Amino acid sequence: MGKIKIPKSAPSLDMTPMVDLAFLLVTFFMLTAKFRVNEAVPIMPPSSHSEKILPENTLLVTVDTAGHVFFSMDGPDVRRGFLREIGDKYKMTFSEVEYKRFSLMTDYGLPISMLHEYIKAGETERAAMDKKATGIPIDSVQNAPGGELGNWIFYGYRQKQIHDQTKKIPREKQCRIAIKADGQTNYKIIKRVIKIFQDTPPGLNSFQLITNQETENLD
Amino acid sequence: MSEIIESGGGGHGKHQKKRAKKHSARIDMTPMVDLGFLLLTFFVLTTQFSKPKTMEINMPVIPKDTSNRMKIEDNTALTLLLTENQEKVFYYYGKFKNDPSILKTTDYSKEGVRKIFRERNKDVREQIKKETEKYEKHQMADTTYKRKVMELKGAKDAVFVIVKADDKAKYKGVIDVIDEINVADIGKYALVDISPAEKQYLKVMGKIQ
Repeated sequence: MGKIKIPKSAPSLDMTPMVDLAFLLVTFFMLTAKFRVNEAVPIMPPSSHSEKILPENTLLVTVDTAGHVFFSMDGPDVRRGFLREIGDKYKMTFSEVEYKRFSLMTDYGLPISMLHEYIKAGETERAAMDKKATGIPIDSVQNAPGGELGNWIFYGYRQKQIHDQTKKIPREKQCRIAIKADGQTNYKIIKRVIKIFQDTPPGLNSFQLITNQETENLD
Repeated sequence: MSEIIESGGGGHGKHQKKRAKKHSARIDMTPMVDLGFLLLTFFVLTTQFSKPKTMEINMPVIPKDTSNRMKIEDNTALTLLLTENQEKVFYYYGKFKNDPSILKTTDYSKEGVRKIFRERNKDVREQIKKETEKYEKHQMADTTYKRKVMELKGAKDAVFVIVKADDKAKYKGVIDVIDEINVADIGKYALVDISPAEKQYLKVMGKIQ
């Protein structure tokens, strides 16, 4: 009597297509990824119907609900040059290590006197400092009508321009300035920031306001 | 691990032949899959999906001398007053007069400012629509179309919106209004400080404190 033996096969699945797909997606994300920058403060920009995408090359001024102003710009070379100029302006000297650390920083929202301390701080300390940040001073002081923010923008914009010119970046891709503010921010602060932009030589009268896209039918 | 490799068939019978064990030519892919999905998750979570959108604002250059300022025709001007009140928008047409009857009230909704802007800018919108139709039928070049739209929006008799926000107004309100201006194809607008007279006027009307 022949018994029918059911062959004991391991319950294995052919995973090849799944793996293919997974790696395809990994490759896709790896190539398209533009990493989200660590933000010092959470911002919920107001929404608009605008479909214009924010240009890549920007100087960004962030304003949170409390009206604290943060400044950020990208490009390690630009940041290096910027630190040198702002150091000259405020009679501060920075070591090579500090230059390096500063060139990798993102948002900064403290008075300039705290810069040494902020550069030295580790990630968790910085987060704590960001939370307590009072923002870059925007009130007029002697020798600086735009407050410290005026100087940040002036030197930042100048470094960006020098960078754009040496790299021969076409006009339409040259540095822009943008404001990213929370919807609940008092307009008074924004007005002040715009005023500082306009007062910064040579007068920055054109700028971007960052918004979230609203997907509502217009008709 | 997850796969039990079979032993090469039965063979405990009488005549035991030495057979090379038939290994299935399979590699255990589990670790690779694990890694693959780990990376996938990482990239999905760290990618910035939608790029932030932006509105471009062009402020007028601050004039050195204020003698030859552009005069706005009174009949085209529409002034919006934004206050701490996040529901209501106050507005008036033409020149400011200290007269309670000129002040009108609306809100940020579709039926509010949008309707007013569209109504006010009807002529320009109709003309732009005609141009767009021509453009879509390929009767017009890209640059010509853009120039024509710009001209229409900037026409002398086109509506001019003046946005005056007081110190307590929220940024959201200002953005909403600018957005509606763009949606309604209004080409001429300005962000201006609220004047003390207007502030006093709103106070007397009991609109602000």
